[in-house]
Order: sequence, then C-alpha cells, then structure tokens
Amino acid sequence: MNNEQALLQYTLRLGDNALVLAQRLIELVAHGPELEEEMANANFSLDYLGQARMFYSYAGELEGRGRKEDDFAFMRGEREFCNFLLLEQPNGHFGDTLVRSVMFELFYLEQLQALANCSNERLAEIAARAVKEILYHLRHDSQWLVRLGDGTEESHARVQDSVNQLWRFSGEMFAGDEVDDIFQQVFAGPDLEAIGATWHEKMSAILAEATLAIPGDEWMQKGGRAGCHSEHFGPLIAEMQYMQRSYPGLEW
Amino acid sequence: MSNEDWPLYEVFIRAKSGLSHRHAGSVHAADDEMALDHARDVYTRRNEGVSIWVVKSSHIVASDPCESSAFFEPAQDKIYRHPTFYKLPDGVENI
Repeated sequence: MNNEQALLQYTLRLGDNALVLAQRLIELVAHGPELEEEMANANFSLDYLGQARMFYSYAGELEGRGRKEDDFAFMRGEREFCNFLLLEQPNGHFGDTLVRSVMFELFYLEQLQALANCSNERLAEIAARAVKEILYHLRHDSQWLVRLGDGTEESHARVQDSVNQLWRFSGEMFAGDEVDDIFQQVFAGPDLEAIGATWHEKMSAILAEATLAIPGDEWMQKGGRAGCHSEHFGPLIAEMQYMQRSYPGLEW
Repeated sequence: MSNEDWPLYEVFIRAKSGLSHRHAGSVHAADDEMALDHARDVYTRRNEGVSIWVVKSSHIVASDPCESSAFFEPAQDKIYRHPTFYKLPDGVENI
C-alpha cells in the first residue's frame, strides 16, 4: 500500500464513522424523550452528517475517479464501509445510545485534535472545525451519563448494563492497521496507543463520577476496518441507501 | 422515571457583545447544566447568540396583573418625568 492509498482509505474511514453514527442518530428523530433532547439529537446527527460530507468530498478528490460524496454514502456495498462496529450497534434505549456516543466521542475528540496538527492540510482543516462540535457533544452526553449512572437505582442498573454490553467494541478503536501506521508516520497522524491510554483515563473518570463500574478489558470484537460488520449493519445501510438504490441519481 | 415534568427555565440570549440579554423563551430541564444545554440546542442553532443565561422560572418574581393599575397608571400623567423640557445644546444628538 502506498501513501496515497493509505490517505484515501484513512479519509474514507473518517467519513464512514461519521456517516454511520449520523444515520443511527437520525433514526431517533421524532422519538426523543423530551422536546429539548430531540433537538439536541437532531443537531448532533447533522453535525456528523456534515463531517461525513467533508471527508467524502475530499476522498473523491483524492481518488480522482469522479466519485462524489453521494457515491460513497449511497452506492457502496456493506463490505466497503470501514466504520467502527461500535457505531452501527442499535440505538437500544436512551442509555445505550448515550454510552455508545460517549465511548466514541472520547476517542474521536482525541483523534480530531491530533488530526488538526497533522501534515495534511485538508484533513487538519476539517478536524479543527469538527473538534468544536464534538467538544459540545461530549459535554452534553457525558453529563447525561453521570445523571443516569448516579441517578435512580433503575437508571444506574440499566446504564451499567449498556456500558457492559458495548465495552467489547471499544478495543477496536485503538487497534490500528497498516493504514493507521502509514498515516501516523507519513502524515504525522494520531498515535493510537497514546489515544488509547488517554481514552481509558478519561472514560474511567467519567464512569467513576457516574458511580459506574469499569468493565474488565476482556475479549474485544474487531472487524470494522476490514469491512467485516455485525449483523446490524445490513438493515442500517438498506434503509440509508434505499432512495438512491431505487431511483439512481435522484436529486432533491 | 417520575411522571412529573422537569422544572421550567427561562432563557435569555445575548445576540452579540455589547447588547443586553433578551428573553428568548423557555425550556424544561432537570438541572441547571441541562437547562443551559437545552437552551443552546433549542435557541442558538441558527447562530442567534454569544451568551446564554438561564434561570428557573420559579425564581422570577413578577408583578401581578391585578395590580397593574396601581403599578403603572400613576406614571401615565407625569410628563414632567420625561426630560423633554431641556434645551439641547447644538450638536448633541442623544442625551
């Protein structure tokens, strides 16, 4: 794999992570528990969608074969998406959605902050913009995690269960492959090992404040980087891609 | 979760620095920090503000509409309270 291929792949993965989480959150629109949380969720989803569009547009330029953001989002198959498995997990209840977001955002914020200082100007620009959005998401979501964890007996038990169920998808975020290695070495990209250590430290602090137990680092599920998804991903992209698959080239 | 509504908060937004905060509306929230988040998410998504105040609606002391005649009507005929009897020096636009 040469440097250009690694840069393209790295950019696509950033887009895939943002798009898949945007799609999961958009599924919740009109199902918010409170009007104000409904607005917050829709805002967050659109933040991620906007980031995905910027990453895909840049990927299209890098690839140079005329593919645009819609082609990456709607005309690729399941195995061509390389998002983290964590992000495609179902929304479940409010606590599940929240834990999934906090786990990812703690990673993503570190990743973006490192990207803002990488040697690729375009990714650095997109990252610098996205950092501000994710800082707010994390503020909002981690406060909620503390409220639920340190809330009632029922909310504590249910959100502890969310943490336990989703924990096995955390390891994948820090398990880089050749693409990550090249991006780190050639483009001064994020150091996943360092991010992993920071993530564990910050996650532990939030969980401690939420009076939640930190699960042991047992077996970790991986596969996202290679396009090997969980069973939940097929239905997700089927719904997401339906319009473009049924009416190719549809615009509105 | 209890069936009671979260407390109501009033939201005040400063549109840009130099202007005062103006009442924008209200949100429900379980605590102060959540109220700030909700105000941000509901009232500043179109770049409406640079600063937000939230205050529990129950902390606002309001005048009683039944007392409005005692409160406000006596001021209606006190024209001498308006500074309209001064001669403005030339060149002064606002005083």
